[in-house]
Amino acid sequence: MTKGSPGVALDGSLELDPQWTTKILSNFIRTELHRTGLRDLVLGLSGGIDSAVAVYLAARTIEPPRIHACLLPYRTSSEDSLRDARSVVDDLGIDAETIEISPIVDGFGKTTGEVDRLRLGNVMARARMTLLYDRSAAHRALVLGTSNKTELLLGYGTLHGDLASALNPIGDLYKTQIRSLAEHLGVPESIRTKPPSADLWPDQNDEDELGFRYEEVDRLLALLIDARVSRATAIEAGFSAGVIDDVTHRIVRTQFKRKLSIIAKISTRSIGWDFRYPRDWMT
Amino acid sequence: MRDIRVALGQIAPRLGDFEANLEAHRRAAREAVGSGSDLIVFPELSLTGYLLADQVPELALPLDDPRLEPLLEASQEIDIVAGLVEDAPGHRFHNTALYVSRGRVLHSHRKLHLPTYGLFQEGREFAAGNRVRHFDSPWGPAGMLICEDLWHMPCAWLLAQQGAEVIFVLSNGPTRGAKPGREVTSVAVWRELLQITAQFQTTWMVYVNRVGCEDGLTFGGGSLVVDPFGRVAGNAPALDEALEVVDLKSDVLRRARTAYPLLRDENLELVERELARLRQLRYDLPDPAASTKKDKVV
Repeated sequence: MTKGSPGVALDGSLELDPQWTTKILSNFIRTELHRTGLRDLVLGLSGGIDSAVAVYLAARTIEPPRIHACLLPYRTSSEDSLRDARSVVDDLGIDAETIEISPIVDGFGKTTGEVDRLRLGNVMARARMTLLYDRSAAHRALVLGTSNKTELLLGYGTLHGDLASALNPIGDLYKTQIRSLAEHLGVPESIRTKPPSADLWPDQNDEDELGFRYEEVDRLLALLIDARVSRATAIEAGFSAGVIDDVTHRIVRTQFKRKLSIIAKISTRSIGWDFRYPRDWMT
Repeated sequence: MRDIRVALGQIAPRLGDFEANLEAHRRAAREAVGSGSDLIVFPELSLTGYLLADQVPELALPLDDPRLEPLLEASQEIDIVAGLVEDAPGHRFHNTALYVSRGRVLHSHRKLHLPTYGLFQEGREFAAGNRVRHFDSPWGPAGMLICEDLWHMPCAWLLAQQGAEVIFVLSNGPTRGAKPGREVTSVAVWRELLQITAQFQTTWMVYVNRVGCEDGLTFGGGSLVVDPFGRVAGNAPALDEALEVVDLKSDVLRRARTAYPLLRDENLELVERELARLRQLRYDLPDPAASTKKDKVV
């Protein structure tokens, strides 16, 4: 086994061919699902562009009724999000159910006492994860991930919440690339053009919260991560030292979110160290 | 060589499932017999899958293992090129390619260059081979290389110098997506490499790359045959399983070697001299010329 094209991403380009990309990701979903012996997928549909792209890819791959979308609004979730999610369900003809997570999240608050906004956001993300994994057992399905490469690298997600999934077709696509793929896949325009938001509280906006525009940070990440250029080269490319350092710090600080829990080695053959099998072991 | 018809067995092996892969080989071989092919070529590690890690010793077989019997049996009808993990003397586990013909293993090649960088971990999993030899097949002189071997120019050169007229390249090349208006990444770069190698060595190049997905890693496929002029003579699609049949004509080899007598004109003594000098510099060895001179003085 050996190299791909030497020119790929070495220049930090974010361009991709939507047709081939769709084919690769569709094959990925089919292969990784069917090798488990399962036929169905479950995913949370937020009304945002990431879960829309994931479900449009899935709908090109398996029969739409085998896709079980969960619309999981909280009391403060935007009506527009729910409407956009429903438009996806109608467009694709997939199975869907809407479950209000307010009683679960509020019940948590009643039991443990009031939590701040960030912790409440985490509780919501984990309530959704709990529901998705429960539905995956009910439907004999795998949970399809919807985290993109930008948010995975910046650690902009809840560990064991929205970051949890069995397979993620879009985890190697930056937000900017998700947008270009969305157009090719026919994702409704209202979803493609609205400001990105985790929708954990009213008027939440990813870019305000992160402090970066996606277009800008994606270009920087493609340089730092994919092309592995030096800090000096990134500065030459027009990025401020402050932004580069902030992004780098964020990536380093959130590494724990991209790893399973680490295990203390005290035996001859330890999980994660020298007990080494791929997840697709014997499939 | 004589004219041969080759089937490119572009399959998606099942990871770690030797029996299922063996059956897939037999199925494809039967199909290739039906198409009038003289031989069928499968990808690198076609009997085991790629991301083996700790499964390497569990799947390794000595080449006289009875579990290979069904493959030998199938080779009574058609020659087969396939890949597996070899349990070699001293329990060195090699990434090995086999040429199986008329019920026996006619030749084997142990992967020389084990990529151990980026996403590749082969240097950790396998022992490296240390010889490259051509062999006489029932239809003519041939050689085998495995994937990364082709990226090291001397491998194909040595085979051609020994007399190989057809070089098989078994591969597990992953794709890294595609740029706008371009093919998936592994396909275009491999085609260029194979075309250049074919032109330099004036040999037929038969490249078979796997497809399918392991732990999210997608293999590009795009198997192809390049003639000794460097022209694509036949190819399989990217990403999908396929059985592509291509005719390799001896006349094309003759014409290419007539038009471009590169092999005839190779200066082995020059290469040997320069190589000796490089070796001396690289490993800081005593200069053989200098010591001879000194001996004479004494």
